[in-house]
Amino acid sequence: MSLVGSAASSNAAWSWNLLNDVRDMFSYPFMVNAFRGGTIVAIVGAAVGWYMVLRKQTFAGHTLSVAAFPGAAAATLIGISATIGYFTFCIAAALVIAIASRPSRGRGFSAESAVVGTVQAFVLASGYLFATLYNGVLSGLNNQLFGFTFGITDAQVVTLGAVAVLVLGVLAVIGRRLFFASIDTDVADARGVGVRLLGVVFLLVLGAAAAEASQITGALLVFALLVMPAAVAQRVTARPVAGIALAVLIGVVATWGGLTMAYYTSYPSGFCITSFAFAAFIAVHRVRASA
Amino acid sequence: MIKAVLGVIPLAAGEAFVFGQPVGMANRDIGYLPQRRSFDASLRVRGIDVVRLGLDGDRFGLPWPWSAKNREAGRRVRDVIEQVDASPFALRPIGELSGGEQQRLLIAQALARDPRLLILDEPLDSLDLPNQSAIAELIRRVCVDSGVTVLMVAHDVNPILPYLDQVIYLADGGAVCGTPADVITSPTLSALYRTPIEVLRTSDGRLVVVGQPEAPAHHADRHTGQPH
Amino acid sequence: MAPYMQHAALAGTAIAVAAGLIGYFLVLRSQVFTTDALGHVTYTGAMSGLAFAFNPLVGLFAATVAVAGGFAVLGRRARADDVLIGSTFAWVLGLGAFFQGLYTEHHSTGGNGRAGATYLFGSIFGISATQAVVSVLICAAACIAMALIARPLLFASIDEAVAVARGVPVRLLGAGFLIVVGVACAQAAQAVGALLLLGLISAPAGAAHRLTTRPFVGLVLAAAIAVFSTWAGLLISYEVPRTPPSFAIIGVATLSYLMTFMWRPGARTRRPPLDRHHAEPALLPDI
Repeated sequence: MSLVGSAASSNAAWSWNLLNDVRDMFSYPFMVNAFRGGTIVAIVGAAVGWYMVLRKQTFAGHTLSVAAFPGAAAATLIGISATIGYFTFCIAAALVIAIASRPSRGRGFSAESAVVGTVQAFVLASGYLFATLYNGVLSGLNNQLFGFTFGITDAQVVTLGAVAVLVLGVLAVIGRRLFFASIDTDVADARGVGVRLLGVVFLLVLGAAAAEASQITGALLVFALLVMPAAVAQRVTARPVAGIALAVLIGVVATWGGLTMAYYTSYPSGFCITSFAFAAFIAVHRVRASA
Repeated sequence: MIKAVLGVIPLAAGEAFVFGQPVGMANRDIGYLPQRRSFDASLRVRGIDVVRLGLDGDRFGLPWPWSAKNREAGRRVRDVIEQVDASPFALRPIGELSGGEQQRLLIAQALARDPRLLILDEPLDSLDLPNQSAIAELIRRVCVDSGVTVLMVAHDVNPILPYLDQVIYLADGGAVCGTPADVITSPTLSALYRTPIEVLRTSDGRLVVVGQPEAPAHHADRHTGQPH
Repeated sequence: MAPYMQHAALAGTAIAVAAGLIGYFLVLRSQVFTTDALGHVTYTGAMSGLAFAFNPLVGLFAATVAVAGGFAVLGRRARADDVLIGSTFAWVLGLGAFFQGLYTEHHSTGGNGRAGATYLFGSIFGISATQAVVSVLICAAACIAMALIARPLLFASIDEAVAVARGVPVRLLGAGFLIVVGVACAQAAQAVGALLLLGLISAPAGAAHRLTTRPFVGLVLAAAIAVFSTWAGLLISYEVPRTPPSFAIIGVATLSYLMTFMWRPGARTRRPPLDRHHAEPALLPDI
């Protein structure tokens, strides 16, 4: 998909000697950065995603990640760093959804889902507009949508790391209350846990995590890092700490596997990572179903 | 049992007839109010449309807005809404109405096709006391005025006790049917449930049924009332 | 009017009407997310066609209807688990990117991402005369199907238990509806693309739901808003240079939906009133 990818595959051959392969990959700085960035994002994505799956906000999470696309496109158009674009748009979308969604009792989703669907489509349409106005660097389009992990710069890794620390910090502070509020909303409300505020804070955290993940898997495939590891973990265990840890493990393994696969073939990294994560997801689903 | 009468679930053994026809065949003459329906608060459909669905919601194709048939249907809907005293709020989105108001409209829906039999599954279940007596009284009125047989499932017989003509108690493999005075007595119910049951009458005339803590039948506290 | 504009308007109108009608029910039945998933499938279906050298439109159509059929067969379970659906379709989308990669590698006819963009974001101005006619026929069939099942589908969607008791074939209707949705999505993908058809489904229908509580009025309104968005979008795209038509269409639809929020801001926060016995019964007006 990218010229870097094809350069990689032209002199790459997967020998089954793991040590050689890894050393071969890491001889390229872009690969090192890809792995660094990917690992950071996998960790953040798994932790935040675990809560997102718990709170059944996967549709909203997907929409937030999709906001990364016009963010990057607009930033490229204006000429500023794409990273700023990613984060700005995702956080802004999180605010919009937080403000626009009233606390819904029961399954009052029919109206909400129309809003989320409209927002998602409009956001993607805007991204397409920006990309077109930029004279359609259309390979850029595909990379923003499906992942261009091999172009990560050192600066980007630092940003990803900094945001990750921030996000994980916030999550650590509100984690227990958030868990309580997510599974037992009414009781938490009565106890004064501040359910509404927690919800808003979480959406912002989700926006940041979605922006991070979009830079690794592309805006469309963020499910691979946000949802799938967490979904697998939740099928295996209901315990929070063990669950989050498992989700992180799966996310990291999927990322490493996916990046390696993307290096040796020339398939987009987003697809590769998604495939690994999806394989884990199906495996657990099957095992659970037959149990 | 309700589902068996409607033909929705198959009979385990034997035969059952409704108005002389096997179960499931006579559903056109039956109005049905299932248990505990409440509409999503954000549902943007009017009460009157929900009632209209009871009239012709199962017909394919669209109603032709300007035909005589459509006007007649409109009149029927308005009449039945009037009958249940729901006119003041029938044009509001049904999701915004209170439980009692929704229940009135749902009864109207069940009555829309002028049924001979009205089956109500726990209609008073989620209502507060004033609403319970109001709806019970409404059902009685409908029964008397329109000559409809009403088969009602209730877990508390008291709100409808004054209006009951017949009552059926179902237990593990057995059933008792008769007037309340005959059936709701300690000896009758004890024999039915095969465990000591006491029927007490409070000072204001209400009946309380008290049984053994390990009363086995899962429908131990359900009885069906049949005002004629 | 230039021919390409005529084709676009013709196909676009037909598609918009179908989208509005099914959109109304999709919002009512909380099946919007399903449409998102079907949108992804249109892309992957088209890409598989490109990658394996058969007509992408055939691939698009076949894949979408097949998956819609799959949903129909799975019945209620497909509706319940958002995570499973979402994950599957995230992967399906990735698969589409993979096929696109195969295509550009082995059949590179220049323009690295062009093929993808066409199916992701639509190419309504690229519709040929034949395609336009086909679209009109297919969408007309979809609309007729919707007209036939609208009433019982409404019954089944709002009041399932009573509908079942009344003999409405609820499951069959749900399945048939999903097939029609699949067909309409496949068509809509050509107009506004796989990623944006969600907007054409959601926004006009969402607006219609906010504007009226009368079901049949809502259906017509959803279709009307969708058509208006399409025409306005095509016009804007024609007049304003470098505006992609799909963006314009979705933009107008979104704006329309937004405006309904301004008009009735208090509608959703009104709480149910206390029950009262009303002094005099009001007379209902003619329906």
